[in-house]
Amino acid sequence: MAHLARLILVLVVLAFSAPLSVHAQDSAAASDDQSAAGAQDQDTSGTENGEAGQAAQEEAAPHDFASGVAALNGDNFDTKIAAVNFLAGLSDPRVVPVLQALAAERLFVQMDGSLVIKRGNNYEDAVSGKPVSGVKPDDLSEVVINNRLRGILEGVLGQSALLSPDPEKRIAAAQAIAQQPTPNAIGDLTKALAKEANPAVRSAMDDSLAMLDLGSADKARRLAAIERLKGSNDPAVRGQLLRLLGKESDPEVKNAAQTAADDISRRLSFIGIGVDLFEGLSLGSILLLAAIGLSITFGVMGVINMAHGEMIMLGAYSAFVVQQLFRSFLPSGVLDAYLVVAVPVAFAVTALVGIALERTVIRFLYGRPLETLLATWGISLILQQGVRSLFGPDNQAVANPDWMTGGLPLMGGFTLTWNRLVIIFFCFAVLGALAAYLRYSSFGLHMRAVAQNRAMASAMGIRTERIDALAFGLGSGIAGIAGVALSQIGNVSPNLGQIYIVNCFMVVVFGGVGSLWGTLAGALSLGIATKFIEPFAGAIVGQILVLVFIILFIQRRPRGLFALKGRTAEA
Amino acid sequence: MGQRGLLVRVLAGSPAAAVSLLLFAIVLAVAVPVMNAVLPPTSPLHLPDYVVPLLGKYLCYAMLALALDLVWGYCGVLSLGHGAFFALGGYAMGMYLMRQIGTRGVYRDPILPDFMVFLNWKSLPWYWYGFDHFWFAVAMVLVVPGLLAAVFGFFAFRSRITGVYLSIITQAMTYALLLAFFRNDLGFGGNNGLTDFKDLLGFNLQARGTKIALYLASLAALGFALLLCRLVVATKLGRVMMAVRDAETRVRFLGYDVTSVKLFAFVLSAVLAGIAGALYVPQIGIINPSEFSPGNSIEIAIWVAVGGRGTLVGPILGALAVNAAKTYLSAAFPETWLYCLGGLFILVTLLLPKGVIGVVDQLRLSRHQAATLAPEVATLAEERKQHA
Repeated sequence: MAHLARLILVLVVLAFSAPLSVHAQDSAAASDDQSAAGAQDQDTSGTENGEAGQAAQEEAAPHDFASGVAALNGDNFDTKIAAVNFLAGLSDPRVVPVLQALAAERLFVQMDGSLVIKRGNNYEDAVSGKPVSGVKPDDLSEVVINNRLRGILEGVLGQSALLSPDPEKRIAAAQAIAQQPTPNAIGDLTKALAKEANPAVRSAMDDSLAMLDLGSADKARRLAAIERLKGSNDPAVRGQLLRLLGKESDPEVKNAAQTAADDISRRLSFIGIGVDLFEGLSLGSILLLAAIGLSITFGVMGVINMAHGEMIMLGAYSAFVVQQLFRSFLPSGVLDAYLVVAVPVAFAVTALVGIALERTVIRFLYGRPLETLLATWGISLILQQGVRSLFGPDNQAVANPDWMTGGLPLMGGFTLTWNRLVIIFFCFAVLGALAAYLRYSSFGLHMRAVAQNRAMASAMGIRTERIDALAFGLGSGIAGIAGVALSQIGNVSPNLGQIYIVNCFMVVVFGGVGSLWGTLAGALSLGIATKFIEPFAGAIVGQILVLVFIILFIQRRPRGLFALKGRTAEA
Repeated sequence: MGQRGLLVRVLAGSPAAAVSLLLFAIVLAVAVPVMNAVLPPTSPLHLPDYVVPLLGKYLCYAMLALALDLVWGYCGVLSLGHGAFFALGGYAMGMYLMRQIGTRGVYRDPILPDFMVFLNWKSLPWYWYGFDHFWFAVAMVLVVPGLLAAVFGFFAFRSRITGVYLSIITQAMTYALLLAFFRNDLGFGGNNGLTDFKDLLGFNLQARGTKIALYLASLAALGFALLLCRLVVATKLGRVMMAVRDAETRVRFLGYDVTSVKLFAFVLSAVLAGIAGALYVPQIGIINPSEFSPGNSIEIAIWVAVGGRGTLVGPILGALAVNAAKTYLSAAFPETWLYCLGGLFILVTLLLPKGVIGVVDQLRLSRHQAATLAPEVATLAEERKQHA
């Protein structure tokens, strides 16, 4: 979902950047520049390699820690890789910080050729570890690494992480080493396993050893490894088993591996359905929250509010502002409570904006739905640009409170993240509260009366103008709450509303205008359908298929799943 | 009313309007090329080279606005997906231009466009066949938008989707196409679209003469489209279209086939939009999926609304004025352009529901009434005085 959202965000940003042709030509020009620069790089690296070959022959192979570190600044990447591998072989505690610095591109060469590690604004000598004073950043050049070297560094550092004091890091390292085995991975793992006391880490290390053993020359070890791995739910394990199947010649091992891989596949497909369901529910609940307000304004007033997406965006920015206020003015202990404050604030802000819009613009356009559509589009442009002027065009990050970070790990490496779980529950709570409010309060009664028969409601003494304004405020306020929810699963940007507006319309049209239950059914079925199509067809095709489906669906039921019945239904 | 009456109505409306329209067209057709190509660059009246395609672009937009006015202003169908027909026409032309590049591309492949070589495709997809012929591309410019409009409109109008519902599903249509054309494996260049065009029918697109010719072609197409639309609205069919706009159910009860009438207007409008797109692409030099974005399509509606819908000439003027303002403002005050556009949407819908042309008509009408009624009012007042 987050990927999809980000992708669509990019699309929409591209789509709405005004001078389109200029933009595209710019990017074409930029890519030309890039390719030209790339070619130049290759040229220079070619000559470098030639000179470096001679230099490497002159240089002696590293023989101790100090010379190994010096060789990290070798003239070509082969020298550097040799140095990294040499250092990794030493059991010296000073090695890891140096390699970490190299991997993080914090290792620099001084004018005299000695290497320093940058820590914050200070530098320390790479060999002795002592602070070095009086270093001028201009005199330093970075020790350059490439992707190959980076991969090797990750492997080497992964080995050292096997002995980290943090058990979670040890587990991660054990899993990583099975994915990208280093030459003596088995030895490292066995050594680490012998010292390990934590059962969870031991189990992870055993699994990794078994995965490495799949490549063993000894048939018994391969069989034992398959036996060990067949209960796993890890797609990586299945990958290793399938790789083994490709090169295995022994029928017994082949058989065992095939069965194990099939078992894992079956379990993974079940887990996959669960994941799709959860993600669909998550997407659906967000769509629901975003679309309820639209359904209310559309249902009560017959008004298409194209600025509805901007109400969502304003709600998200309200959450951002509340977060910043908490950060600046309140002790950090209560920071996590910002979200609780942000919900009513966002509701109030967007409800007031909504009422103001209704009073100043929309009420003059009742009975002219197409004009309303255009006017509210204009409002949405102004709100977007206003927010862009105030907060800048960049994404703003709204942090999850502590109690919403992390998640509930389930099998197969799949996690139910707290933020999505909270949003699902929150959304249903809002829906329930709203349904109860509209059912039992006098405002709800009046609102339903106006929606069903405006003239009659007016004749009975209901002040329809007031109901219109309040209903518009309510719809906008709920959109604001939806914005707070969205701020918890992604970044906040001025274009946030545009991402969801088309989908919100689809939900409302699909579910039926003015029906809360229709909106619920529409949002959940669209959310879940999207997530079930995605694995087969990809995110974008999934979106397209859903859109096409809705276009076809309203051929059959032009008033949606849950159409209003009665005299008002025929407008 | 005889043939002659129809002709008069198509060509003019009123003699004064006909004369001013004709003058306007002549100024655009003669003055612009002369100011660009004949006057020396030192002359204060000289038009720089970049202005000619810019004006050509405005004319294409004007034609697009005209197309939307035919369905919205005369048939009551507010399509928020007209950008899609425009873009499809543009893509059809872009595909022809891509094939004309030949071995002059970066990868020098005689058949495959650069982006296909880049994606490691081995052969041309079937739907690119034929686009090396100009006549085929022109046919596709007409057929593809028309066919999409026919299929989409048939389903929509048959199930009597009207008003805002229709607006929303047309918006969903263009949004779906936007997403689809962003995909690389669809074979239309993905995000970057089609660009780096070299020549059209053998004429270099960068040459001044080609630019002027394309500009004049846009002007001619716009004039032709205006006459065609006037012809349509002046006939009985046009009357029925307007009746559908004003009271669809009643027209249906009177025995007219509303679905076919709407479908005709929608398809004709889509084809005109496609032609506008096809003329737009060689002048701008690029077509990419952002043309499909729903925002673009809504903007067309504001051009129509500013000029005055249901007037045909109004939307043309609206498109020219709004786009000229856009070019100026987004360069001079980039921050304010969206405020202006948003404000325009609100002000026009609130204060000028009939657009600028509507206001002009209103003024003329009230002056006319004042002139004809004044003596009567005077005599009435006289009588009152005598009674008193």
